[in-house]
Amino acid sequence: MITLTGQLWPYFLLIVAGYLPNEIWRALGLVLGRGLDEGSELVMLARAVATAIIGGVVAKLILFPSGALANVPLSVRLAAALCAFIAFLLAKRSVFAGVLAGEAALLLGGFLFAH
Amino acid sequence: MSDLTVYASPRAAFGNGVRSALLSVFLIVLAGTYLGLGALAHDFGFTEWWFALSTALVWAAPAQVILLSSLGTGATVVQAAVAVTLSAIRLLPMLVALLPLLRRKGTRFRDLLLPTHFTAISVWVESLRLLPGIAPEFRIPFCNGLGAGYMGTALVFGFIGYFLAAGLPPLFAATLLFLTPMSFLMSTARNARMMIDRAAFGLGLVIGPLLAWYRVELDLMWTGVIGGLLAYAFHRLRGALA
Repeated sequence: MITLTGQLWPYFLLIVAGYLPNEIWRALGLVLGRGLDEGSELVMLARAVATAIIGGVVAKLILFPSGALANVPLSVRLAAALCAFIAFLLAKRSVFAGVLAGEAALLLGGFLFAH
Repeated sequence: MSDLTVYASPRAAFGNGVRSALLSVFLIVLAGTYLGLGALAHDFGFTEWWFALSTALVWAAPAQVILLSSLGTGATVVQAAVAVTLSAIRLLPMLVALLPLLRRKGTRFRDLLLPTHFTAISVWVESLRLLPGIAPEFRIPFCNGLGAGYMGTALVFGFIGYFLAAGLPPLFAATLLFLTPMSFLMSTARNARMMIDRAAFGLGLVIGPLLAWYRVELDLMWTGVIGGLLAYAFHRLRGALA
């Protein structure tokens, strides 16, 4: 038997603490979603649940960020997000234009107010 | 008969999926995100190959951040595994919503395994947007191309970030971290054409931070359940009244 020490140990951790606990939800989704049809009510509901979770993720990343983004004031983060969304709407729903505007606003605001 | 895109071969569909990935805004987002993650992996003392393997196997940025920071700060295997699995619950409803677009009569189970593994927010959002316009028999190779294009980008920029690690100025690091919420915000808003999706997204934006603020456990799972069910109820009610 190979002992799980030394160089193999981090890879064992990756499988047990990273890969398996993450992939299990993909596997369950595959098993549950395999027999459903595109227009079915359950698929609509699943899409709504997933979309609401993404909404939650977005809001949390803006309001309670970690790392370097936390050093940029909340007002700057919110103003940049607003700039991004306005640019997105003005540019006929271009995600690229929105992301660019948001990043520029964050950079400018961070430069002016982060000290 | 219909105006669905047809490709010369599954291989051509795969190539077009890769092309779509390389031309999409998510390319910049993934590049930026994995630049930051690579630097994080370096700072916590993981090897570059360990980090690359984690990108290929886990393929979910939030789970990778949790894995790096929990193992890096000395959490136990069980603590890290629980934190990772809680962050990954969203993958289940995402797959349930995506599979009907990929599957058709006679699709083999094993052909769904690769698209299943590639499913992450970026691939999911772009698949939901692009797959309905593609002939069903070419959707699986197209989706695989999309996933391969994104994952390749993430791997390359993960390495770059790993070796740049110490050189990232703080404000630049902040703008990299801002790429993810910005791109998810607008790509999801762009995809939300039906009222039920718009309602779900709006509810998630409000409920998510409220639950996080009050430190409700499993906040994102409850955001999905509450926001998704309310949006669905609203959708049924409108249907019943119409």
